[in-house]
Amino acid sequence: MIYKNMTAMVVDDFATMRRIVKKILKDLQFEEIIEAENGAEALGLLESNKVDLIVSDWNMPTMTGLELLKQVRADDRLKGLPFLMVTAEAQKQNIIEAIQAKVSNYVVKPFTPAVFAEKLSKIIPQGK
Amino acid sequence: MIRTMDIKMINPFLAAAMHVLKTMAQIEAKPGKPFLKKDDLALGDVSAIIGITGAVQGSMALIFAEDCIKDIASNLLGEPFTELNNEVRDAVGELANMICGDARRRLAEGGFVLQAGIPTIVGGKGHTIMHVTTGPRLAVPFETSQGSFMVEVAFGG
Repeated sequence: MIYKNMTAMVVDDFATMRRIVKKILKDLQFEEIIEAENGAEALGLLESNKVDLIVSDWNMPTMTGLELLKQVRADDRLKGLPFLMVTAEAQKQNIIEAIQAKVSNYVVKPFTPAVFAEKLSKIIPQGK
Repeated sequence: MIRTMDIKMINPFLAAAMHVLKTMAQIEAKPGKPFLKKDDLALGDVSAIIGITGAVQGSMALIFAEDCIKDIASNLLGEPFTELNNEVRDAVGELANMICGDARRRLAEGGFVLQAGIPTIVGGKGHTIMHVTTGPRLAVPFETSQGSFMVEVAFGG
């Protein structure tokens, strides 16, 4: 699966997880990766950056990934963006809540690069 | 509402610790014998602690020896770490986050729905772990090829 010419935004309060996800996205040939530490910072960066994908954690200070997802879906300019939630919040109720907020797909931590790539391929099947 | 700690509550945390390290860092961790811990002294060099709420109140702590966490962080991030720097400390927090999340998923299957906070990272020789309850704290030592770590869980009070 190749995602040439695409830009992804990775949102996580832990640099470790941003680095893990960034490495997977680079291996999948994403051209540019923008990082944010929480939902609020991500929304700010989305005002001035065009991205093709958002990969976000759920549990973050300042603004959670779920709140970010809701704000993205409520914004006419952003609402169609593929949104992949990568989170340790794996209880049934969390997944239902994310689906109701129109998440594109859901990766439960811990995960392998193969699982991440498979979940991504379901929401961006061909790349560009 | 559970008021005291049930030893069965520790098993999901053990399983989660082994699963997370195997999946994310390709490291096999072998659990030792659980024991009741009486003091706050961390048996390691760097720790992360997460508060837990919901069906029970409590906290989980993850404590690493320096050699062990440097090895795990090297595998996790795909580059060698020779000192216990901020990147390695950050990895401790993310590991605690993943282990606690995986354990909560396992506990939810048995009807215990729990929420967790954001990990706090502390370190240094002789540092202490302040659990959020005064209830009994159960500690489980683990061994890896590069050293030891410990999972502590305290519920009730």
